[in-house]
Order: sequence, then structure tokens, then C-alpha cells
Amino acid sequence: MIAPMAIVLLAVAAWPLARTVALGFTDAGLTGGGADAAFVGWENYYAVFGGQPFGVLADPQWWRAVGNTLVFASVSVSLETVLGVLVALVLHRRFPGRAWVRAAVLVPWAIPTVVSAKIWAWMLNDQFGIINAVLLDLGLIATPLAWTADPLLSMVAVITVDVWKTTPFMALLVLAALEMLPRDIYEAARVDGIHPVRVFFRVTLPLIRPALIVAIVFRALDALRVFDLVYVLTANSPATMTMSVYARRELIDFQSAGTGSAAATLVVLVIALAAVTILMAGRLRRVGRPLEGAP
Amino acid sequence: MIRRLGLALVVALIVAVAVGPLLYAILTSLEGGGGLFTAGLWPDEPTLANYAAVFADQPFGRNILNSIVVAGGVVAVSLLLSLTAAYALARVAFRGRGLLLGTVLCVSMFPQVAVLSGMFLLIRSLGLYNSLAGLGLSYLMLTLPFTVWMLTTFLRQLPKELEEAAILDGAGPLTIIGRVFLPLLWPALVSTGLLAFVVAWNEFLFALTFTLTAETRTVPVAIALISGASQHELPWGRIMAASVIVTVPMVLLVLVFQRWIVSGLTAGAVKG
Repeated sequence: MIAPMAIVLLAVAAWPLARTVALGFTDAGLTGGGADAAFVGWENYYAVFGGQPFGVLADPQWWRAVGNTLVFASVSVSLETVLGVLVALVLHRRFPGRAWVRAAVLVPWAIPTVVSAKIWAWMLNDQFGIINAVLLDLGLIATPLAWTADPLLSMVAVITVDVWKTTPFMALLVLAALEMLPRDIYEAARVDGIHPVRVFFRVTLPLIRPALIVAIVFRALDALRVFDLVYVLTANSPATMTMSVYARRELIDFQSAGTGSAAATLVVLVIALAAVTILMAGRLRRVGRPLEGAP
Repeated sequence: MIRRLGLALVVALIVAVAVGPLLYAILTSLEGGGGLFTAGLWPDEPTLANYAAVFADQPFGRNILNSIVVAGGVVAVSLLLSLTAAYALARVAFRGRGLLLGTVLCVSMFPQVAVLSGMFLLIRSLGLYNSLAGLGLSYLMLTLPFTVWMLTTFLRQLPKELEEAAILDGAGPLTIIGRVFLPLLWPALVSTGLLAFVVAWNEFLFALTFTLTAETRTVPVAIALISGASQHELPWGRIMAASVIVTVPMVLLVLVFQRWIVSGLTAGAVKG
């Protein structure tokens, strides 16, 4: 019963992953189909030739990509979590037209990433974009900003688009968790005259925490492997290059299957490490503060 | 009163931020030649010229067809394969079940770039480079873990008595799946299939890497590669027209099936 699914997954996931890891230890080019490859040990990762260090681990661009990815993932997931919870709290209230508002919130999620990157690239266009026009009109800036060219601003732009696109996902998951909460606790809190902000931090947040942690892990793993948004919005710019963009550039643009595969293997390791760290942090806090859940 | 006004303002802001960019894209796509670079949100002379140009400049109709064929095929194969697997994972107790489910979940967390070179070799050795079949094969890695996981979650929620009666009557697993579960699973199959369709429709990295010619490109790659006379003069009107063409059906689909999609997303994530 399981065999067909398992065989397909072995063929399209396990086998390519194993080939990638193996290629990382060879000097294969992309065109030879792996047949011309010779084993080179750890050279793609780190090697010293004539006093010069080579390999992915000796490449400052790789470390910059790791840094970019970590900054991107941590800032955008944090913002998405906060905004997602806020939007969910608003949508949890009763008001006329709520079903329509919920539908509207789903729109950014339904737009393909490439398309949202293009729409935002146009809105952020330095000469004709609406965002610069509005900021100029409001007198907030004196000259147009080069959103997708300036090193710092391009990271801001990439994070903005990601937050815009994925906050709906976070908001929906939080909303689903909110709707499962028993109403009588809130009645009790209201009768006792406890301030809503205090109710949120003491009652709501601890109760939705398990769902929130699952959502954060999902989103963090997603953000750490980000490719299309960055690639379409800022291409191979070193200021925003993420680990996935770096690995693909080595592999396809530089036609170096060996180095590219080594970088791809490192991406898996970094993401696995991050996943374990987030899960440990989530668990430790739960053990460390056992009374947090008590209202 | 002030609190209600505040709530209304916050709601209006949320809706504006969520829908605004798409509306702006639609307005831009209707601008004629020079209107793009003049102030003013509303097009002075609304025109569909950009839409016509998208189809004239490249095989965009073909690209849309490619996307539909690949995403549809991948959804069909994924659902077929995962239905029987999910039955076993959800209803039959066997050793290593938890481990298997965990492995499937791990695959769905894989960074795509990790399999890029291995997948490239696989697709080339099968002679499927630059073909829709090769692209569809690679998409199974993205959709299959997800459909297995979702259908398993749905199947687990059904009461045990359902198949016990069928087993007493001597029905085999395939009969049970076909006669007992399938009629109950339609909503789950639709929401799972839709989400898988969205994943395949939006995919970019594999499509960019495993196709070469304009005729085999899918929509996201076609849009990303629309270019103008030089790098600094992108034809924004046409890019926005192409974006609107592929986005509006998706948005309508998501809005129509909103309830099912949300229940699917939350079943996949919250209960996981």
C-alpha cells in the first residue's frame, strides 16, 4: 500500500539528495552528466593551494550569503509572527463584512511569489514607482530611493515583500488556534475586570503557543531556503544573496556541479541546525516556565 | 463609538495593504505607452494593448497551458499515490509508522536547492531535460510529502467503526478505500489537491533550471524572464498584464474555495 509512494519519494527526493552530497566531493561539471567526475575529497569545501585557501568555506561570498539568509529569516519571521497575531486578533472580532475581509487577507498568499516580486519591483521602482512618489509627496524623503539597488534598502525591500506575502499564512493559523479557545475563560477575565492587554499576554498567548511554535518552525524553514523572491527582486546582488541563490549560481551560472553541490549540502546542514535550535528553544522555555500556562 | 471607528480603520488598513498591490498592478497593466511614466494612478486612456503584446511577444498561451498540464498532472499523480499510502499510515498499525511519517514530513522541509544537481542528473539520464514530464517528476518531491501528510491527517479523524463493519463483511483494503473512505474524503481531496496545485503552479526554481526553451517554460519563469530592450527599460506594462492574467484566476480559485483551503492548511500545520 505504501510501496508506490515510498518508491517515488526515494527516486525523486532521497536519490537526488544522495547524488548531490556525492557530487559535492567531486570536480564534476554540469554538462558531463557526472560521468567525467573525479573524487576530490573535501576540496570543494576547503582546500589550500599554494598558500591560498579555496572552496565554499573559504569564500567570503558564501559567508555573506549565510549572514543574509539568517538576517532575512529572523527579521521577516519575527515581523510576520507579530503582524500575523495582530491581524488574527482583529479578524477574531465580530464586525459586519468579516467574511469578505478574511477573503481579502488571503489575496497576497494566493499570488505566485514571482508575480508578487514583480509587482513590488514595479512599486519600488526608483524613477516611476508609486512608493517613492508617495514618500516624495509626503515630504518624507527628498530624493527617490534606489530600493532594489542600495545594499541596505534592497534587504529592506526583500523582507517587506516576504512579510506582505506570508503574514496571511501566519494570521490564518493563529486565527484557527484562537477559534478553538474556550470562551468562558474570557468571560471570567472580563468579569474580574482584567485589562485586555494583560488577558492577551497571560491567557491567549500561552494557549495559542503550541500552534504558534509550529507555524514559526514552518515559516522559518521556508524562509531559510528562500530563492525565487530574492532572485527575481534583486537577482544575484551580493547584498541580498541567500544560501539557495549562492548554491544555484555556483551550479548553473558557473557550471560547477562540484562546488554547487557542496554549497547545497551546506544549506541542508545549516537549515537542519536551525530547525533543531528553534525546536530546542521552544521546548526549553516550556520546561523552564511550567506555570506560564496557568492564567 | 471611538473604539468601533478604530476597529473600522484598522480593518480598512489591513484590506488596503492586502489588496492594494494587486489593484495597482491591474491599473498599471491598463496604461497605454507613455501613461506608465506619468503621475496619476488611473490610466488616462485605458487600453488592453499590454495584454495583446504579452501573447504576441512570446508563446504565453503555451506557457499557461504548460503550467496547467504540469500542475494538473502532478496533482493527479500525487493524490493517487498518497491515497493508498495515507490509508495505511492512518488506519493500519505497523512498526515504524511514526518514523515513516516523520521522514515524509522531513522531505517536505527539504530546501529545493539541495536536490538541484542530483535532480538535474536524474532528469537528464531519463532524457527528460527541457520537457514537461521531467518538470512534473521533480514536482512530485514538493507535492507528494504534503498530500500524504494532509490525507493522513484527514483519514485519522474518521471513526474506526467505519471500516470495522466493512472488514467484518470481508472487504479488502482497496474496497475499503474506494467504497468507504472515498465518498467521505471528497472535501479533503479537493482542498489537498488545490493546495498542491498552487504549489506546482507557483514553483520557480525547478522550472527555471530544468527547462531551456520558451515553448517549455511555465508561467512563473516566463514572467520572470520578460525583458525589454535593455536591462534598465523593463516593459512594466506587459509584465503587469502577464502577472494579472496568471494571478486573477488563482485569487478567484482561492476565494471560492477559501473555507476548504483554510481547513486544509490548519489540518496540515496545527495538528501536525
